[in-house]
Amino acid sequence: MTAPVLSVQNLVKEYGEGDARVRALRGVNLDVEQGDYLAIMGASGSGKSTLMNILGCLDVPTTGRYLIDGADVGQLDEHQLAKLRNRRVGFVFQSFNLIPRMSALANVELPLVYGGIGQAERRRRALAALEQVGLTDRIHHEPNQLSGGQQQRVAVARALITAPALLLADEPTGNLDTASTQDVLEIMDRLSESGRTIVLITHENDVAAHAKRVIRLVDGEIVEDVRQGPIDGPPPRMAGVAR
Amino acid sequence: MNQLEILRFALRGLLANKMRSSLTTLGILIGVAAVILLVAVGEGSSQSIQKNIQRLGANTLTISPSFSGGGGGGGGFARAGGGGGAPGGGQNTGPRTQARELSLADAKSLTDKTVAPSVASVSPVVTASSAATTYGAASHSISQLIGTYPSYFEATNKPVTKGTYFFNDDVLAARKVVVLGQTVVEELFGTLDPIGKQVTISGVPFTVVGVLKESGSTGGQQDADDVAIAPLPAVQQSLTGFDSLNSIVVQASGSAATESAQSEVTAILNQRHGITGTASADFRILNQATLQETVSAATGTFTVLLGAVAAISLLVGGIGITNIMLVTVTERTREIGIRKAIGAPRSAILGQFLMEATLLSLVGGLSGVLVAFLGTRFTIAGIEPVLVPSSVALALGVSVGIGLFFGSYPANRAAKLRPIQALRHE
Repeated sequence: MTAPVLSVQNLVKEYGEGDARVRALRGVNLDVEQGDYLAIMGASGSGKSTLMNILGCLDVPTTGRYLIDGADVGQLDEHQLAKLRNRRVGFVFQSFNLIPRMSALANVELPLVYGGIGQAERRRRALAALEQVGLTDRIHHEPNQLSGGQQQRVAVARALITAPALLLADEPTGNLDTASTQDVLEIMDRLSESGRTIVLITHENDVAAHAKRVIRLVDGEIVEDVRQGPIDGPPPRMAGVAR
Repeated sequence: MNQLEILRFALRGLLANKMRSSLTTLGILIGVAAVILLVAVGEGSSQSIQKNIQRLGANTLTISPSFSGGGGGGGGFARAGGGGGAPGGGQNTGPRTQARELSLADAKSLTDKTVAPSVASVSPVVTASSAATTYGAASHSISQLIGTYPSYFEATNKPVTKGTYFFNDDVLAARKVVVLGQTVVEELFGTLDPIGKQVTISGVPFTVVGVLKESGSTGGQQDADDVAIAPLPAVQQSLTGFDSLNSIVVQASGSAATESAQSEVTAILNQRHGITGTASADFRILNQATLQETVSAATGTFTVLLGAVAAISLLVGGIGITNIMLVTVTERTREIGIRKAIGAPRSAILGQFLMEATLLSLVGGLSGVLVAFLGTRFTIAGIEPVLVPSSVALALGVSVGIGLFFGSYPANRAAKLRPIQALRHE
């Protein structure tokens, strides 16, 4: 068995000082294998977003170790962290976080711009990524001309374009209607089937049902860890359809 | 991530807020244009003053009587003349026993080569102002009628374009001949040739023998071409009387000799007028060279002052850039967070915002130079501005420097933002 894509050891995150100190994470241990599809569940305030931000290298833990592909994130300087965010991690946010006044295509290309990829190659890969999420006819629209579901699909395309080892999605369907939710989850399922490692945060059971493994966080600690499908198999919903 | 991409991001950022960008640019534009224009105006006025002084003649000393309490009008000049280190000239250091006016005998005494070796020529001068002149039906009031010797033409740099000067013979014979300035000729004769014609000046007929070369720019209200020059005794006989001279123009033998000529003249006149010890002189000497130095120092200060005032507006424009960039960074904090989350390194964010600030100031600076170039083609307040190339380079350089300097604080603030803080910003 290969080394885990993602390994978290005894992760603690505290906010504030003195009496106002809040312990958002109280020693989380977690390994995610290559090809897994993990859902992190929990009520608001359970620390799931904090965990996600640390996994996405947007925030740093107070104590504890965090390895991506065997590399210790705590040892990296800021420039290396930027590179890591650019190449290894794809992030999908609840509120889409597309850059306004830039076309869908330009938004998707952006990570490659920072990655130093040439224009022609960028364009080719961005078009391919947009095709993967089914938005070939909307590439020149700006975010405010797209529906929520379309915006989130652009965001997924942007997260995928650098072919990251890890796709992180922070409540990707939280702001979407049912139809759009289905679209986005289908894309996730297909990505999982093609072998992409996905970590997803949600508080909806319907969404969690798509994952191969479900973790439940309460007050900054993992209280439940359930496997719903094999790591190297298709995600449970797709397997269900196939049956 | 290359420079071109950063430039594209910066341009997109600026174009997203056209109104704000153009107003900020305007601040720099005004600053740069003001610096260049005001320095050009200062330089232009300085050059025109220098030219006017030059026109009075080179290496000349002008001696004029000084009456007690009458130092108001000519005081500045007198101080300029006396300030050159020459002893005695025009200093009011003590009570005066008796004031004597300048006489023809004073002038004659200055021509003594043994006592005054540095003096090349001496021209006694009487002037009559507003002399009514007629030719046929045309009439004109000459603002300055000068009675003098032929050496005056050379000493005061007044060449003749048509006809001739008058000569020493004319002076000895007190002939009624006159050399007219360009303005007088135009007023009285129009396009006619004035040479040999007779004009009547204050009721006395004079024959025109020559026309002075046009002196060009007027240098203030007084028209330097509205003059007539005639032999000294002729003017004295008919108009001013013989008692005293208005001034004596002394030409030194060379530019190096003006100082010694001044001290020689001072010594002779002190002796003749009985001025000793602490008694103050009853004449003042205006030295062309020291006047020029003093005036150029004064106009230099004037130019620096104008430039400094303009530089303040440039500084204000720079602060405007900082302000706008701070607003922009705050407003786009979320965008910065997104960019960082997808892997933008600190240098890229820094570069983008620094580039935006520099573009603002560069565009403002370049258009300011353009406006200044257009502005210097017009006459401003009677002064023809003279573009100083170094001021253009300086203003442009400073404006770009301002962009970098004032933009670096907001840009740094943007670059240092932690991605998670930036993303949470609403």
